[in-house]
Amino acid sequence: METETETAAAPVAQRQPLSEGSEWTFDLLDHYDHEIARVAAHYGLDTYPNQIEVITSEQMIDAYSSVGMPVGYHHWSYGKQFLSTQKGYQRGQMGLAYEIVINSSPCIAYLMEENTMTMQALVIAHAAYGHNSFFKGNYLFRTWTDAEGILDYLVFARHFIAECEQRHGEEAVEELLDSCHALMNHGVDRYKRPTKLSMIKEQARQEEREAYLQSQVNDLWRTVPVKAIAEVEKQERRYPPEPQENLLYFIEKNAPRLEPWQREIVRIVRKIAQYFYPQRQTQVMNEGWATFWHYTLLNHLYEEGKLTDGFMMEFLQSHTNVVYQPPYNSRHYSGINPYALGFAMFTDLRRICEHPTEEDRRWFPDLAGSDWVKTLDFAMRNFKDESFIAQYLSPKLIRDLKLFALVDDDSDDKLEVTAIHDDAGYRTVRQLLADQYNLGNREPNIQAYQVDVFGDRSLTLRHYMHDRRPLGESTPELLRHVARLWGYTVRIESVDPDGVTSEAGSSEAAPPP
Amino acid sequence: MSQLVDRRLSGKNRSAVNRQRFLRRFKTQIRKAAAEVVSGRKVTDLERGEKISIPSKDMSEPIFHHGAGGRRNIVLPGNREFVSGDRVDRPEGGEGKGSGNGGGPQGEGMDEFAFELSKEEFMDFFFQDLALPDLVKKQLAAVPEVKRARAGFVSQGNPSNLHVVRSMKHAIGRRLAMAAGPREALREAEEALEALVVQGLGASDEAETLREEIAALKSRVAAVPFLDTWDLRYANRVDQPTPSSQAVMFCLLDVSGSMDEDRKNIAKRFFMLLYLFLTKSYERIDVVFIRHHTVAKEVDEDEFFNSRESGGTVVSSALELMREIILARYPSASWNIYAAQASDGDNWEDDSPRCRELLLQSILPLTQYFAYVEIEAEVPQSLWHEYERVKAASQRFAMQRILTLEDIYPVFRELFRKKVA
Repeated sequence: METETETAAAPVAQRQPLSEGSEWTFDLLDHYDHEIARVAAHYGLDTYPNQIEVITSEQMIDAYSSVGMPVGYHHWSYGKQFLSTQKGYQRGQMGLAYEIVINSSPCIAYLMEENTMTMQALVIAHAAYGHNSFFKGNYLFRTWTDAEGILDYLVFARHFIAECEQRHGEEAVEELLDSCHALMNHGVDRYKRPTKLSMIKEQARQEEREAYLQSQVNDLWRTVPVKAIAEVEKQERRYPPEPQENLLYFIEKNAPRLEPWQREIVRIVRKIAQYFYPQRQTQVMNEGWATFWHYTLLNHLYEEGKLTDGFMMEFLQSHTNVVYQPPYNSRHYSGINPYALGFAMFTDLRRICEHPTEEDRRWFPDLAGSDWVKTLDFAMRNFKDESFIAQYLSPKLIRDLKLFALVDDDSDDKLEVTAIHDDAGYRTVRQLLADQYNLGNREPNIQAYQVDVFGDRSLTLRHYMHDRRPLGESTPELLRHVARLWGYTVRIESVDPDGVTSEAGSSEAAPPP
Repeated sequence: MSQLVDRRLSGKNRSAVNRQRFLRRFKTQIRKAAAEVVSGRKVTDLERGEKISIPSKDMSEPIFHHGAGGRRNIVLPGNREFVSGDRVDRPEGGEGKGSGNGGGPQGEGMDEFAFELSKEEFMDFFFQDLALPDLVKKQLAAVPEVKRARAGFVSQGNPSNLHVVRSMKHAIGRRLAMAAGPREALREAEEALEALVVQGLGASDEAETLREEIAALKSRVAAVPFLDTWDLRYANRVDQPTPSSQAVMFCLLDVSGSMDEDRKNIAKRFFMLLYLFLTKSYERIDVVFIRHHTVAKEVDEDEFFNSRESGGTVVSSALELMREIILARYPSASWNIYAAQASDGDNWEDDSPRCRELLLQSILPLTQYFAYVEIEAEVPQSLWHEYERVKAASQRFAMQRILTLEDIYPVFRELFRKKVA
């Protein structure tokens, strides 16, 4: 009886907002963070410790332009990024977001000093609890990244590259980095597990590795004829025995003419690519999860009477902007908004658990009526965008977003609508949307196929075509980059689905200096 | 548990190095863009930053990506009228964006990459074409030179600036002030003691008390320090910008039919450089634009560079006008007068000797420096020969034939050398 009257009275009588105005102070930040942490714990969010840093807009631009790395090596492309961010901000085209959050332990989240109290609370909930718990929980991040070691590794990378610049000249390092950056997307292991990164180990092993690697390479390229190898054996001994998908790794280990320091830089870029790989695979989930939780956590606080109506108005306005999805024919359309799709999916998932309809029971018999906190937690931990969509996109959401699928075939003069939001189309739309988030489909599948070990040492790459899609026009330039790393001629062949191979380009290496 | 860190005061400008790298890498494109900007600017308006755009295709970072063609499935939101099986025309300009978030971070579809150059960076690019010696570049880009000037005395400073006389003066004043009270009391006490002694009560208790009091007061007076840190005064010096006078710069331009856009552009750089030099030396600068063909006219800057007339050339008309303006508005006693003349060397044959006379007799005596450039003249014309005689006669005259921008600097060599010395 007593508890009942108390809860009934709480919303009106015990409204005790944390703050009234829009100005923030460090005390208030602390206070809000405390409250948000309490609610987050209530929902069972498991996070790394947080380090919340207050920075100026200028520093935010800096942070932006180093693509989210708190410590970056120097490269012109970050300067370019800086200039365009700065310009965008000065013109007011870009609300300098919201949030940069770094997948490290402690998890670093940046707050901009210009923001209002509401925005700071939003960012804390979004980044420090939403993203943070995602980083800690999702299987891809758990497998691929080492949150505790990354800062150390970045410091190591920065020092190493700076040292190389002093020793070998900025130009030489810059050229090498350009080439490595060009292959960054092809510098990830998709199946093997990575080793842990840590600065001390890394430094200790680096010299050892340098000597060892060089000896390996030398061995592969040993030209002193041991005995005349039988012609047959020559043809059979193909290198690499299996095509290699991780081009940077292949180059690091096998490129004949790289110096040890160059191999180390290739390795650094590869490691960083690997570190960011999970983020590229979980955009929708990651942003959706963080958005879902800032929404849920702040609403919870509001219901407890800790937030004012004004706070909620401001919060809801920016929240609505973030999750807006313009239709495909709008001027503002630029692809599917990962915040919108992710937020809608998690919200929908909660709905399926709490208020399932007849349709949901048919489509998701296991989920309907289950504990939503557990179900969402499971979804967050065990999926990436592709599988998450394939698993959880519901017919209701397809109807809400009015999704439809088109096929664009160059042998057809028109586009054809293959599926829309109707009974016949749900599964197709869902599968196609999931495929759209498959990095393997988005990026060309290129593998190191063969090295002419006994001949001109040329490297042949193979492009396994997906749906007959050819390579883009940047290919010749890229081949020049590969040839710079490899040191000898590089060719690329396209293999179409019928297994027919055609040469797609080649690039001679620069003559030896 | 969360940790709140205030980072606002640390690590500004972390991207400065990357920015420099970017500028270095694209210096060719930026220089070209900066050159265009310079032609659009006013002579007097060089020292500020600028928005620069360079073609973004030059600076793409390539990655392997799919090209157009093949078969693509695209899922889009916001269906309104389609049902499955519908066949629709390809939209104009290609679908392109179906799954386009895999591409570069930004800039796709934008032909120009625009950004701001700071003033220093812009000046750097301006100087690059002109082949200026580094020392001169530094001078021009630097803030005006300063002179150390006396500015009274301050109570804090380094020992070498200690001003002894001032410090002593203060010490005296302080000693007087601090000892004034006790001295007064001492004087009174002594008088009282005197009175007692006169009355023959010199050995009484009262006298004894007074004697103790007098002793105490004396030691108090003695305890006032001779010199205290409080007294120390140091000579103060402040930086004062040296340019403190005024100058007028005459720009003389031949606008006869033979001066085309390219030549005018070179002439403009020439004027800009002189102006820049003057801004470093003078606080206030007036610029007078005089253009001429057969008659000379004072005009504003827009008209100066933009209008074009045809017809013959009488150079002396401009010199005549310049002299009149000097006499009327810029008395050489209070103005430093500089002149820069640009022409293609064409002149009416009989006029050239007259120019020489005008220069030698009435203009050069009034001016600090007169620089003449002949732009892209095939063969030196009569004016050149006459001017060579002027040069032989006067230290204040410099001349140069100019084919490219690099040739401009030698005209000013003398001028800058003076400055360096």
